Amino acid sequence: MPFGLLKYGLNSKYPAKHHFTPATELKKHYDVVIIGGGGHGAAIAYNLAKYHGITNVAILEKNYLGGGNTARNTAVIRSNYLTEAGVKFYSASVKLYNNLSNEFNYNVMMENRGQLTLAHSDAAIRSFRWRAEVNQHLGVRSELVDRQTIADLVPNLNMSEDSRFPIMGGLWHADGATARHDAVAWGYAKGACNRGVELHQLTEVEDIEITNGRVTAVKTNRGRVECGSVVQAVAGASSIVAKKAGIPLPIHCYPLQAMVTQPYKPILTPHVSSPQVHVYVHQTSRGEFVIGGGSDPYPLYNTRATLDQRESLSAAALELFPFLAQARLLRQWAGTTDMTPDYSPIMGLSPVENYYLDAGWGTWGFKATPICGVTMAELVATKKVPDLIKPFELERFYRFEQINEAGATAASH
Amino acid sequence: MKLLPCPLNGLRNISEFTYGGEYHPMPDHRASSTRDWAEHVFFHDNAAGIVTEWWCHTASSFWFLAERNTITDEIIRTFKADEIYQHRVEFEALAPGNDS
Repeated sequence: MPFGLLKYGLNSKYPAKHHFTPATELKKHYDVVIIGGGGHGAAIAYNLAKYHGITNVAILEKNYLGGGNTARNTAVIRSNYLTEAGVKFYSASVKLYNNLSNEFNYNVMMENRGQLTLAHSDAAIRSFRWRAEVNQHLGVRSELVDRQTIADLVPNLNMSEDSRFPIMGGLWHADGATARHDAVAWGYAKGACNRGVELHQLTEVEDIEITNGRVTAVKTNRGRVECGSVVQAVAGASSIVAKKAGIPLPIHCYPLQAMVTQPYKPILTPHVSSPQVHVYVHQTSRGEFVIGGGSDPYPLYNTRATLDQRESLSAAALELFPFLAQARLLRQWAGTTDMTPDYSPIMGLSPVENYYLDAGWGTWGFKATPICGVTMAELVATKKVPDLIKPFELERFYRFEQINEAGATAASH
Repeated sequence: MKLLPCPLNGLRNISEFTYGGEYHPMPDHRASSTRDWAEHVFFHDNAAGIVTEWWCHTASSFWFLAERNTITDEIIRTFKADEIYQHRVEFEALAPGNDS
């Protein structure tokens, strides 16, 4: 009832509470400065404050909390990757996600709905069998499924053998899930700020001062801040910020576009993805169909939406779910994905002694948020690289030891 | 659809082209270390602004260079590679064991 809701809203017994008090003045010195106030930056601050007792921390965000790729990703959580390093890392993240609402005492709307990746060729079946074996070996619930099982899992999927790319099988990942991405950033920021971390929004880092191979201060549009160490967690702006510290990165930025329909009643439970027709579809708890995964064909720092992508995503989505033909699109957007050559992140030490990298998050950043917070905070606090992220160090490119993550979304092989 | 002016084929749909990576001068293959090569191969400026990069007209396999603004998505100009490459690069092999 609208009147009941209005009465509740105006009732002084239930006043609206702010999540946290935003910081006002910048201090002269912080033990740790985190550049980037997205999910990752907030998660690192949260873990530093809660588990390492480091609270003299500032998160510097040029825009507002969680307003970049944290708000632009399509909120897919999964761990059915292919490399050992990748599967171990992302499955630790999924475990943390499952307990995140309890950890925060704040609802992140985690929903374990499962994820289905479709195979339309013999080659895909072979690679899925490989992925399923690797996943099971490392304790991740992942299995190769046949057409009948797919039809049972997703009754409204187009199983016709007359389509251009008939479905031959799939990779069923029962651990696949989704959560509210904004709430993840808010939960971390709330927990961090309540423990003394300062979140400075509209604070852009303009320059980084380095003396004798160490960061001494960062210059912002609101003044200079001295710092004990710096973590950069800026996703799409990784190359630009790292360049200020004199660190070259093996990253190219491509826009990744997605779109949603108007809300409809619940009809689709799992997340369905097709690497062959380049689309993935899931229905949010609000009822919107999220249609995602279109990378632009060349690098760009621009989050415009294009008709080309709208056409190709729609065509692919309609091949899987013909009933969406009547659905109305509500909006289309893009995020700047910082793609690495091997589809794995760049985490850990940098050539600058007390400057830590959390970059190269391409299309896999949201699902890694909790484990990234844990491991990067441990690194900053102890100066030792945790085993889980050791394979992702920047140095791997100089040794030609890339981690070819063929299980990544947008990996085109 | 967005159009791209090919120096050989004229104005064509951008879907006919393949992006071929940033242009940056190749290090001297006789004098550079493995580390230099790794940086040349994997690391990019990834600049926000006007960049020079390789493109290929896929249908005719014609490679050329383009200046493009990566913020506004505007193609400023395209030109043939002979504006930059005037001499043939000889890749004579080094003596075995001398690959630093």
